[in-house]
Amino acid sequence: MHGFFETDILSDMQKPFYVKVLLVVTLLLGINAFAQEKDHSSSEEKGSLKTEIKEFIGHHLLDSHDFTLFTIDEEKNEHVGFPLPVIIWDDGLKVFSSSKFHHGESVAEVDGNYYALYHGKIVKTDAEGTINYDEDHHATNVKPLDFSITKNVVFIFLVSALMLFLFGRMAKSYKTSALPKGIGRLLEPIVLYIRDDIAIPNIGKKHYKKYMSYLLTVFFFIWIINLLGLTPLGVNVTNNIAVTFALAILTYLITTFTANKNYWKHIFWMPDVPVFMKIVLAPIELLGTFIKPFSLMIRLYANITAGHVVLMSILGMMFIFKNWIGSPLSFGLAFALSLLELLVAALQAYIFTMLSALYFGSAVEEHHDH
Amino acid sequence: MEKLIEQFSFGLFFWQLLLFIAVLLLLRKFAWKPILDAVEDRESGIKDALAAAENAKKEMQNATADSERLLQEARVEREAMIKEAREMKEKIVADAKDLAQAEADKMIKQAQLAIESEKKAAVADIKNEVATLSLEIAEKVIKGQFSDKAKQMKLVEEMIGDIKLN
Repeated sequence: MHGFFETDILSDMQKPFYVKVLLVVTLLLGINAFAQEKDHSSSEEKGSLKTEIKEFIGHHLLDSHDFTLFTIDEEKNEHVGFPLPVIIWDDGLKVFSSSKFHHGESVAEVDGNYYALYHGKIVKTDAEGTINYDEDHHATNVKPLDFSITKNVVFIFLVSALMLFLFGRMAKSYKTSALPKGIGRLLEPIVLYIRDDIAIPNIGKKHYKKYMSYLLTVFFFIWIINLLGLTPLGVNVTNNIAVTFALAILTYLITTFTANKNYWKHIFWMPDVPVFMKIVLAPIELLGTFIKPFSLMIRLYANITAGHVVLMSILGMMFIFKNWIGSPLSFGLAFALSLLELLVAALQAYIFTMLSALYFGSAVEEHHDH
Repeated sequence: MEKLIEQFSFGLFFWQLLLFIAVLLLLRKFAWKPILDAVEDRESGIKDALAAAENAKKEMQNATADSERLLQEARVEREAMIKEAREMKEKIVADAKDLAQAEADKMIKQAQLAIESEKKAAVADIKNEVATLSLEIAEKVIKGQFSDKAKQMKLVEEMIGDIKLN
């Protein structure tokens, strides 16, 4: 059991970082010299490389408890990066550094309890790091409530700070002049676009003001964090269902708590249809109110995840082809796809904001004759 | 779906919700409100300025029209005044002419009357003179007759000649 756990963690945590260095280098320099060196590799190695890339992509999509930029030597467990604080609730708050896990190699002992990393999640275990499985090969170990400052949380903090800094400065610049200065010149047209082309047409001139803060914050948050996901830092926050769920639930709560009588009437007692249809429509409409934010959550999550998977698969193809045609081809493809992902980053932010505005608009729509 | 639920990290959800709401509230107070207010102020300022310019333009047009109208009125008034003055002048001149004519007529009449009366007086004077002269002549004739008949005759003739001259 112990041995299995170790190799599992190894393939999950370290080899991917080794590949990652290659990915970054290749992306930055646009060459595949390193891949060429390994040209003598056997088909057996090729097969293991495929699994390695697959595992690396799988790992990239997950959150992690430490901030590792790249790995120097996987055998010696040498990584460049820094550990992050682990905060768990397990019969009381326990805070310790993620360096205790040694990148998943060892079991962390805190206050007599043992914790280990299993597929990026903290599980409670014994001194040997035993993982118990049920018939479906799911770990049955107790998972304590994990409030750790993970890599993604660090980036949420960073983006929050960045937004406060940028928009705080922008707001300050208006105190001295009516025209925007500095970064405001870039941001003001976007702010105005959200106001004039998203909020006002969808919500209406009468009510749009109270939703502006949310729409602006959610747009810039998703956009900036999506863009950060395209940097070689290898972070992608919006491909975590928890993040998109948090955003979608806010849209749902705002819609529900600002809705007027007309909105509820259209859900529970649809006007201008026969009574029988009213009864049939009510549960459908009610379900619709949940499906709307649910679709927001899935759309953002799936788009960003798909983008990352495809982009990284194409990058990984370079190491599989290892010839003068395939590698540049996949590099070109990856480059084109990166450009597309830049568009997707903004597009998904736009769609999320747009649809939120649409839902808010339906919540405050005034009664009018059909 | 099962994988999604398994992947769901409550910690990440917690931090995302907490931080997002914190950022939302902070930005609302310190960024969005001032930014949107400033932009709105600027827009309403621009709108007001445009409306003011439009108003000023309209007012200017009105003023131009007014002055044009006043000028027209003044012109009409001037025309009327000139016309009136001309009429008055003509009337005055005509009146003066009439008056002068009447006066002249009157004076001529007076002069004629005066001449007539003078003439009458003169005729009366002559008559008296003639009578006196006649008497004197008669006296002298009588005296001459008493001295020299010839002389007396001559004298009478002379007298008569004198009378003829007159």
